[in-house]
Amino acid sequence: MNFVEMRDISKYYGNVAANSHVNFSVQKGEIHSLLGENGAGKTTLMKILYGMTQPDSGTISVGGKKVRIRNPKDAINLGIGMVHQHFMLAAPLTVAENIVLGYEPKKGMFFDFEGAVKEIEALSEQYGLKIDPRAKIQDIPVGQKQRVEIIKALYRKSDLIILDEPTAVLTALEVQELFGVLKGLKEAGKTIIIITHKLKEIMQVSDRVTILRSGEFVCTKNTADTNPNELAELMVGRKVHAMEESFGGDVDESAPVFLEVKDAVYKEHKVKKLNGLSLKVRSGEILGICGVEGNGQTQLIETVTGIIKLRHGKVLVRGEEVKDPTPLRMLNLGVAHIPEDRASRGLIKDFPIRENTILGYHRRRQFSRRGVLNIREMNRYAQEMVENFGIKVGSIYDPVSSLSGGNQQKVVIGRALSQNPDIIIAAQPTRGVDIGAIEYIHEKLIEMKKQGKAILLISAEIDELMALSDNIAVIFGGQIVAQGKASEFDERRLGMLMTGYGKEEKEHGSH
Amino acid sequence: MEAIKKCGVYLRQKIKQLFTSKSFIVSAISLLLALIVSGIILAFSGYNPFTAYVNMFGGAFGDMSRVADTLGIATPLILCGTAVAIAMRGGAINIGAEGQLYVGAMAAALTGIFCQGLPAILHIPLCILAAAVAGGLWAGLAGYLKIKLKVNEVVLTIMLNYIAIYLTDYIVTYGVKAEGMVVKTPNVAESAILPALYPHSRLTIGFILAVIIVFVVRWMMKKTVFGLELQAIGNNLAAAETGGVNIGKQFLVTMFISGALAGLAGAVEVMGVHKYFIKGFSPGYGYDGLSIAVLGQNSPVGVLVSAILYGALRSGAQVMDRMTKIPSDFVGLMQALIIIFVATPGIIMAMRNFARRGKKNHD
Repeated sequence: MNFVEMRDISKYYGNVAANSHVNFSVQKGEIHSLLGENGAGKTTLMKILYGMTQPDSGTISVGGKKVRIRNPKDAINLGIGMVHQHFMLAAPLTVAENIVLGYEPKKGMFFDFEGAVKEIEALSEQYGLKIDPRAKIQDIPVGQKQRVEIIKALYRKSDLIILDEPTAVLTALEVQELFGVLKGLKEAGKTIIIITHKLKEIMQVSDRVTILRSGEFVCTKNTADTNPNELAELMVGRKVHAMEESFGGDVDESAPVFLEVKDAVYKEHKVKKLNGLSLKVRSGEILGICGVEGNGQTQLIETVTGIIKLRHGKVLVRGEEVKDPTPLRMLNLGVAHIPEDRASRGLIKDFPIRENTILGYHRRRQFSRRGVLNIREMNRYAQEMVENFGIKVGSIYDPVSSLSGGNQQKVVIGRALSQNPDIIIAAQPTRGVDIGAIEYIHEKLIEMKKQGKAILLISAEIDELMALSDNIAVIFGGQIVAQGKASEFDERRLGMLMTGYGKEEKEHGSH
Repeated sequence: MEAIKKCGVYLRQKIKQLFTSKSFIVSAISLLLALIVSGIILAFSGYNPFTAYVNMFGGAFGDMSRVADTLGIATPLILCGTAVAIAMRGGAINIGAEGQLYVGAMAAALTGIFCQGLPAILHIPLCILAAAVAGGLWAGLAGYLKIKLKVNEVVLTIMLNYIAIYLTDYIVTYGVKAEGMVVKTPNVAESAILPALYPHSRLTIGFILAVIIVFVVRWMMKKTVFGLELQAIGNNLAAAETGGVNIGKQFLVTMFISGALAGLAGAVEVMGVHKYFIKGFSPGYGYDGLSIAVLGQNSPVGVLVSAILYGALRSGAQVMDRMTKIPSDFVGLMQALIIIFVATPGIIMAMRNFARRGKKNHD
């Protein structure tokens, strides 16, 4: 029986159809994935179901009855809960207070904190969701915060829980835990909708999948009857190369070493974030850095881009030591930087696209003479980059924040690759971008490699590392604990190495 | 200590919010709303708002001498407003324009008094330069402490205001006081006096200087590497750093320029209006600079327009005070209302949406 049925839903923002005649139904007790690229209308559809926005046409039935969901409160009363991508939690309050917010248990006219704690402990027991109700939100990790949101939905007696991109913020381990929780909830009779664009996760956890493309319904499939390639094609609307393909190969050992880090040590808050790290990247090589986030990747990136200064050790560019590295010096030495977080480091969101395309290179003669900007050249250059990199923009004078995530990333990448760098530091180059853009960015990086550039690729996506890298170095505790050809690694072995089970291997000298 | 620090950070955020992301419409409507609400308050206080406004307008623009006065009062306001705006664009919050103005004024006065025998064509630029450097260094001090010791510049510049005002007080009282009861310096040399553009008014070539500066700043923001880097820092510090901008140096230069402009405002007052430094000469031009920058949304031309408006309010109020029974302090109320409305764009956006919806229903 269909628990929720959305028929012929349309929603327009101005002249843009976020949803156009979408049909979507969920059966009771299933895990249903809602798949689509960024901007395909997944979130809009779910916001409609959760009452956060109203459809322009179409009908919704819940439990066989036609309903009007005017606001989230209506949705909650119908047993629908939603876990947003950006958690809606009050950081200084406790877990318990956050969960019961709006539906507080009372003792007389006062808030019954102990009662709330008890209820939450009961819920947590029942569904196997471990949590400390007395902990403050600001003190718990992201995975736990998500758990708080899920318990909040359960506390409000939700039968259907919608999760918006739940794995975007989680580490690989936390993802597995989350999936365990979701399967548990399913067994307890709850219905789950996951909004996602990650194919692997769908295959792993969901029973059925509905695909949206450009606001339109494509199809609904049983997960068992499909495969990632088919899903990718349905989502993008054309053939895409699968990530399983590998573009790595042998590196010419006689090629010059473009970038070298020697024995780098860096401390932050008395913790050694880099602990004697060394690596080399040759011309025509992609070296992939693999590791669990927080093992020194950020500091490695910031070292080779001149943002931080090492306590010990050195950085060499084309064999020469860089004395007193600064971001400007590294840029001028031909080290291009694709920052790991485009919002905080990569782009200035209120600046026009044009200014963002030259940031870091604006002092070059091409763009300025004696401190005066060459506006005509800037216009031409930005326009050219927009065309070369297929960036979808209204105009180059629009603020860069008006672009979609994928197009913003293309600006970052276009900027880094257009000034003929020798060395490219590509940190999370495809984070938060849709499949079409991922494919494009990968092609660009491979093209750069073929031109003889040295590329240091830092990525949290093991698939990406395996597909692109010639060599892989595993980082753990601020050191490279294993290094070798990409073909020598598989996911299992990398998983062991990056969680610190590889030390023995290194000491025994197998690599 | 921790509490003070937190307070500083909070202040910084709030001030930044106040200054950013407004549209021209918000400013214009705020102005209109302030006029209406002030009018209602006047009516309730038993005055006729229409005669008040007519008098005020006449006082500001009634004849050439009134216009000259308006622009004369606007001159230091333009400079202080630009000073605040440029700092704001560069991510620095300069609440210290008032102090920088006093320091600049004193520097101009001393240069004007003690460098005798120069021709005006040298003496005037010299005094102006002295004022700019003094104001710049005063603000630069705050910038330096911010970079080196991470002291919040909001708190710093506020504190430096008091130091500047009392320091110049001290200098004028115990150092270079002129004969007589009034606490002021002797007159500056004839060669250091800014030529008036309209006889017996406050309007001097200082106004032209201020307008030129506005357009130079505008050009600098739009067309130079310096302006690009300044605004990069103001918008996203980490991205500016990644883009190779020398954050510390740029921040220091931003503060220096901001202070220099406020210092110039002091010079214009001393060399054009008073001809000497007098204790407490500023009716808060530096602080008005803050609200002018808010109203002008940190755009140089916006500041120019807002400053002339403030000048008109002030000079109009003087006339209104004489012609009606309404005290000129009433202008303070109007200015406060303008800022309240600009600071709460929510009110205006809600009104706009309401109006739009109304229109839609009629379609």
